[in-house]
Amino acid sequence: MTLDNKVPEGPLDQKWTNYKSKVPLVSPANKRRLEIIVVGTGLAGGSAAASLAEMGYRVKTFCFQDSPRRAHSIAAQGGINAAKNYQNDGDSVFRLFYDTIKGGDYRSREANVYRLAEVSANIIDQCVAQGVPFAREYGGTLDNRSFGGVQVSRTFYARGQTGQQLLLGAYSALSRQIAKGNVAMYNRHEMLDIVKIDGKARGVIVRDLVTGEYQRHFGHAVVLATGGYGNVYYLSTNAMGSNVTAAWKAYKQGAMFANPCFTQIHPTCIPVSGEYQSKLTLMSESLRNDGRIWVPKNKDDNRSPVDIPEGERDYYLERRYPAFGNLVPRDVASRAAKERCDGGYGVGETGLAVYLDFKDAIDRLGKDVVSARYGNLFEMYEKITGDNPYLMPMKIFPAVHYTMGGLWVDYDLMTTVPGLYAIGECNFSDHGANRLGASALMQGLADGYFVLPYTIGKYLSEDIRTPSIKTDHDDFLKAEKNARERNQKLLKNNGSRSVESFHRELGKIVWDHCGMSRNTKNLTQAIEDIKSLRNDFWDNVKVPGRDDVLNPELAKAGRVADFFELGELMMRDALGRDESCGGHFREEHQTQQGEALRDDENFTFSSAWEFKGDNTPPLLNKEELTFDTVRLTQRSYK
Amino acid sequence: MNSYFNSTLFRKTLAGASGLFLVVFLIGHLVGNLQLFIPGDAGQKQFNEYALFMTTNPAVKLLSIITYTCIILHILTTIILVRQSSKARDVQYLHKSGNANSTWASKNMAILGTLVLVFIVIHLRSFWYEMHFGAIGLDSWGNKDLHTVTVTAFKELWYVLFYVCSMGVLGVHLKHGVESVFQTLGVKTRRYFSLIHNTAFGFALIIPTAFACIPIYIYVTQL
Amino acid sequence: MDTLKLELKIWRQDSPKDKGEFKTYKVDGLNTHMSFLEMLDVLNEQLIESDSEPVAFDHDCREGICGMCSMVINGRPHGPLKGTTTCQLHMRHFNDGDTITIEPWRANSFPVIKDLVVDRSSFDRIIQAGGYISVNTGSAPDGNAMPIGKEVAEEAFDAAACIGCGACVAACKNASASLFVAAKVSQLALLPQGQAERDDRVVNMVSKMDQEGFGHCTNTGACEAECPKEISVEYIRKLNWEYHRSNIKG
Repeated sequence: MTLDNKVPEGPLDQKWTNYKSKVPLVSPANKRRLEIIVVGTGLAGGSAAASLAEMGYRVKTFCFQDSPRRAHSIAAQGGINAAKNYQNDGDSVFRLFYDTIKGGDYRSREANVYRLAEVSANIIDQCVAQGVPFAREYGGTLDNRSFGGVQVSRTFYARGQTGQQLLLGAYSALSRQIAKGNVAMYNRHEMLDIVKIDGKARGVIVRDLVTGEYQRHFGHAVVLATGGYGNVYYLSTNAMGSNVTAAWKAYKQGAMFANPCFTQIHPTCIPVSGEYQSKLTLMSESLRNDGRIWVPKNKDDNRSPVDIPEGERDYYLERRYPAFGNLVPRDVASRAAKERCDGGYGVGETGLAVYLDFKDAIDRLGKDVVSARYGNLFEMYEKITGDNPYLMPMKIFPAVHYTMGGLWVDYDLMTTVPGLYAIGECNFSDHGANRLGASALMQGLADGYFVLPYTIGKYLSEDIRTPSIKTDHDDFLKAEKNARERNQKLLKNNGSRSVESFHRELGKIVWDHCGMSRNTKNLTQAIEDIKSLRNDFWDNVKVPGRDDVLNPELAKAGRVADFFELGELMMRDALGRDESCGGHFREEHQTQQGEALRDDENFTFSSAWEFKGDNTPPLLNKEELTFDTVRLTQRSYK
Repeated sequence: MNSYFNSTLFRKTLAGASGLFLVVFLIGHLVGNLQLFIPGDAGQKQFNEYALFMTTNPAVKLLSIITYTCIILHILTTIILVRQSSKARDVQYLHKSGNANSTWASKNMAILGTLVLVFIVIHLRSFWYEMHFGAIGLDSWGNKDLHTVTVTAFKELWYVLFYVCSMGVLGVHLKHGVESVFQTLGVKTRRYFSLIHNTAFGFALIIPTAFACIPIYIYVTQL
Repeated sequence: MDTLKLELKIWRQDSPKDKGEFKTYKVDGLNTHMSFLEMLDVLNEQLIESDSEPVAFDHDCREGICGMCSMVINGRPHGPLKGTTTCQLHMRHFNDGDTITIEPWRANSFPVIKDLVVDRSSFDRIIQAGGYISVNTGSAPDGNAMPIGKEVAEEAFDAAACIGCGACVAACKNASASLFVAAKVSQLALLPQGQAERDDRVVNMVSKMDQEGFGHCTNTGACEAECPKEISVEYIRKLNWEYHRSNIKG
């Protein structure tokens, strides 16, 4: 299949304007007849569903949680970028665009990223109008902070709960449309398959998680806003329910999956404390501004950190990166921690942690200043670990927290299945090989509020003559039957191992082989390991209960089954991308100082994987990336 | 407007506001009763004249009608609210939280209120009924001798104790109630929070204590 | 490493129509660093192994912000710790040999779906009754067009911090949703953007709250004490004020 990214002609800064002026419109009378399905109610899905309903489309929205307000966008802490230049520090659409492209290590599409930067300012206006209580200056204007090492202050925030406030804004807009009857909201419903009729996406199969009922829903178009797949690693900062199932079903129906190996690992999370651990919690990156990271110089040093004298500590970031010290970028800091722990210098009961020490900061600045800067984070840390960071260094370790890869989409955010769209984290579009801080919220809302509502009209304007297809159509019945049979198979399997134990084992393989650093040998091995574990899963998994009541184990089993297949694809992608870029670090490709070494000559493309059948390897399609505006350079932090 | 009057919030406000009026009544009642501290014949004369005035003056009559209305309103709205709210939770918790998250008084206002009502009924039977319908004697100045009825009643230790305990119950009821009214009315803003909190506490302490002192004083002086 | 042995008394109910009962389970060898939900994960693994059905409970983010987790632990919504959701509660706050009673939120407006899982869609319906500012996408003025004082923004934020978990209802002796409603009404009443719909919003949301069958507020303060985000009953005061004001204005 040839990939047509449908990027409009014209200069970069006029593409979107021209597109909007020329895109065909759908008349209000026709909009009322057109039905759109939106799966997922996070920032992208919630904002899209609300906006589409406001425009007059009939919208059906699904989420697996008990309320649309629970989507995991809610957990984003830091902020949202926008090129407002309120601080008069020279910010502009171009700078935001450039920073995002560069941050993504030149593996994203220029036109999409530029558009993202362009609409970023509208997002802030929209959210303010909805009543999102952004931080303010005393004069009443919006406050900004800088984030992730960029040179301007363009991040808008609402304390450490920006994601929550933005999501509640989108949720309120969605609620208004539900009340008006423009959106039919289905809580606690999980999407199990896409229904394709005559090559176009025409609906979904969902299961009501409470009654167990399988349902068929028609839509002239289907929008997936189902988030990222970080839970393939089992342990991540994602919510427990975050999963790849919707995106994966789309992939199996012909939507290509792009750059699955591009995952982001955040350096400062609270480490795993034992085998029982179910998820990881992020600690804000800002801690590295004043904290010093170290491990003992001697292996198996079991003394309490406060008893280890200065001379026996290895401040490895300061040692390896004297210029940047503890402030090296996320991927570098993460890999360095892994290197120390792999070498046996890790601390804590599991040996998978390093110290983040505030003693010097407290001595230098005083406890009050440290408390004013990080007090709430210290409290959160103490709540979880029981240790007081004022007295005892924090223990931290990197953790998976975002996936840049996802369904391949063109400029319209449409996947390779006509009528099937993917927005937010579940597409691959804007972050390339590495996402900058505070840009995930921006992308989710840009897609949902300001991009998809325009681009979907282009497709639907050609679809106004299509009447609603009855859901007793053969293709609907077939899809439902497949979904039902798969669940029945899981329930009747009568194995001996819990879903959780398989998921944990899968996660370990993916983390060990496709985590912070990757190499040919490990990746090749992992493909085999995952295959055999997957076979074991289908032979031995034990799913208790029935499918006609709430059965969280059944839902989880379906999700984990899909993670197995995704995990294998990630390995293939990571193996195929024989270069290092952004979060994808191939040990074979590094500078002498251990920096990621890109191979622009051979790998300036997005890999888009095409499903070819359960027992046939997927086919790699390449979307060559052309950079007309920016010049590719090597990142350096020395 | 209709939804306003039917709302739980309005009913709660009615219950609170009527309660607040009853607090005002209590203050007036207390001031009158303080005359029982006046010793000797002068005290008897003044108190009985006061009793006459209170039972015959048209303005006082009007006030008493308002008072009775408030009592009924206070009780009725509360009953309606309690019935309504009892439908909000059919299955109770097995493990009770005790007073871990709120004071005992705030959760048991209905019980406290019922005890206060029992007291009011007995109190009315002892004095109000006697004054209006009882075989009450006349004092030397020809007025109904409520003073003697009162003094006689408080010769009984158990009766004095009953009064004192009832005032304790009233105090606990007022402690939560008075402050709560201002919250329900929506005026207990941060600025007035301490003022209202302290005043409510003061009322809850002083009014019942002062009331309780009267029977104790009468009892002790008759020993 | 200290480990715990516990006896758990858990509400089991197969479906909304099932009568339900308490069942007692024993779990052993628990690490004190575990979160409360991880302790239940351990129990569930144990139940699956022994061919029993695991305990169903709501949970998602496990970092205290999504508002999904909901269980009454020894009579306290989200357990004994102040300002903490169940998912942030760790086992070090319990003692070896403890018996812990775990119940679902109890309120008729939150019917039990299964075990510890309840249906909180009544909260969504209350928001749908007016918990928003009517502004269509694309029609917003510049974000700085309307200055909002820092203090007002902070106060609005304190209210907006509500995670919609329902602990306030679970804690209230009348199963009142006042704190939940108050938080949203106050947030929007404080902000200039919310003024246009200020009167209708509070009237509609309060009447929806009544319709949904929540009880009335008797100012016990239990909601604030149990709220994982420590939202103040000052907002209920504000809700009351807003409600009277709107109705009296007519």
